[in-house]
Amino acid sequence: MTFQGFRRPDGKAGTRNLVLVIPSVGCSQGAARAIARGLKGVVYVPNILGCGQIGDDQALVSKTLAGFGTNPNVAAVLVVGNGCETLIPESLGHQIARSDKRVEVIVIQKDGGVRKTVALGKKIVREMLAAAADIVREPIPLSEIILGTECGGSDYTSGLASNPAVGYASDMLIAQGGTVILSETPELIGAEHLLARRARTPEIARKVLDAVAWWERKAIEGGQNIREVNPSPGNIEGGITTLEEKSLGCIHKGGTTPLEEFVEPAASPTRKGLVYMDTPAHDIEQLTCMVAGGAQVVVFTTGRGTPPGSPIAPVIKITANRDTFLCMRDSMDMDVSKVVRGKETVKSAGERIFEEVVAVASGKITKAERLGQRDFCIFKVNMNI
Amino acid sequence: MAGRTKAIVIHEGDTVAVALEALPQGLEVAVSRGQGSERIKLISPIPMGHKFALKDHGKGEPVIKYGEPIGTSTKAIARGEHVHVHNLAGKKGQGGQP
Repeated sequence: MTFQGFRRPDGKAGTRNLVLVIPSVGCSQGAARAIARGLKGVVYVPNILGCGQIGDDQALVSKTLAGFGTNPNVAAVLVVGNGCETLIPESLGHQIARSDKRVEVIVIQKDGGVRKTVALGKKIVREMLAAAADIVREPIPLSEIILGTECGGSDYTSGLASNPAVGYASDMLIAQGGTVILSETPELIGAEHLLARRARTPEIARKVLDAVAWWERKAIEGGQNIREVNPSPGNIEGGITTLEEKSLGCIHKGGTTPLEEFVEPAASPTRKGLVYMDTPAHDIEQLTCMVAGGAQVVVFTTGRGTPPGSPIAPVIKITANRDTFLCMRDSMDMDVSKVVRGKETVKSAGERIFEEVVAVASGKITKAERLGQRDFCIFKVNMNI
Repeated sequence: MAGRTKAIVIHEGDTVAVALEALPQGLEVAVSRGQGSERIKLISPIPMGHKFALKDHGKGEPVIKYGEPIGTSTKAIARGEHVHVHNLAGKKGQGGQP
């Protein structure tokens, strides 16, 4: 089976055809925003990092921004630097240029200040837009899709209906040779043994268990028992009592196939099939990590109702809570609430989700896109200095 | 009222059911599990989406949902009683062995 996508010079395929403006540091974010403002088809990422990170965080920031640039939903990239930041704008540009797409770098301290840089940037992105307009959708095998999966604002309906239905759709995409990313390690706690059992190799199983142990330890070092913040107050009101219960509902999104690979946050999968990415459960950091890893489309289940979207990837919102669907129609793409009462099977809802993924990959606009939800947050571990 | 499913048991081995609507105290709810079916009298009101016990649990017993332990009872829980943060706690997330 195929979807209608945009073929990129590196052979990858996108579901969107965007020009992306990336500020390499918080100091150039204002200029990047001004460049993108008012231009349809141009988006920017509201990055506030790029300077002052320590240890692994420097690499995480650079990897995430470069991953957004290389994501095949992006046709061309303008990097906007300030000039004295630790993340060198030209180096970020080089990393993105490995994907063979057009990349330009402009720098406020070299290009004559903010106004001149914005004017120069606008000229460049207009050229990029004109070039992008010549790229047309063509049939692309579904095996080239990397589907991110996420749940947020969970309630009892998530584990009962929407997550199992997404799991069914995940199995369908993997049967087509595609890739599905399961992530959010703090919400694997209590269910990690079930996922580890499905790992292709003992080493992958070990990595899953080690990742869970790392998050538990890291939270305790930070003075926090994860159970005190997760499940959240909304989860608890919605009927979820413990983290194990939330996790057992959460991993349904990954379907039933073997776990083929474990990847670090914001890293690209190298294998097809089900891939685990070690990310936070923080909705927007998790979303950002998966899109940086190359996800061209995301399915996001919610019980309580969660609006976020990504600057460069369509995010399909699915709820099995009828009240939430009715209350938040402007954010919810799909209602699978009939599954809860046994009026629709998980299989039927899963097939509908799969069809929606193909339609959205082929250009159907999601509610989050319509609302202009362009949420972005880079996962990092340490303080800024 | 008859015919409408009010609560479900997700996995045959579960010790709790999930209320699909707000259920009043004193109601007798039919729940089916595997091939069988039983009636359970609710001894507390159950908010929509919340759990009630399918059996008596002593203090410190595992509570099972999705066929897996979701935590341990922190006090005795009677059949038909609301199961939530007041009588059930998870064991994970505290740095224990995964």
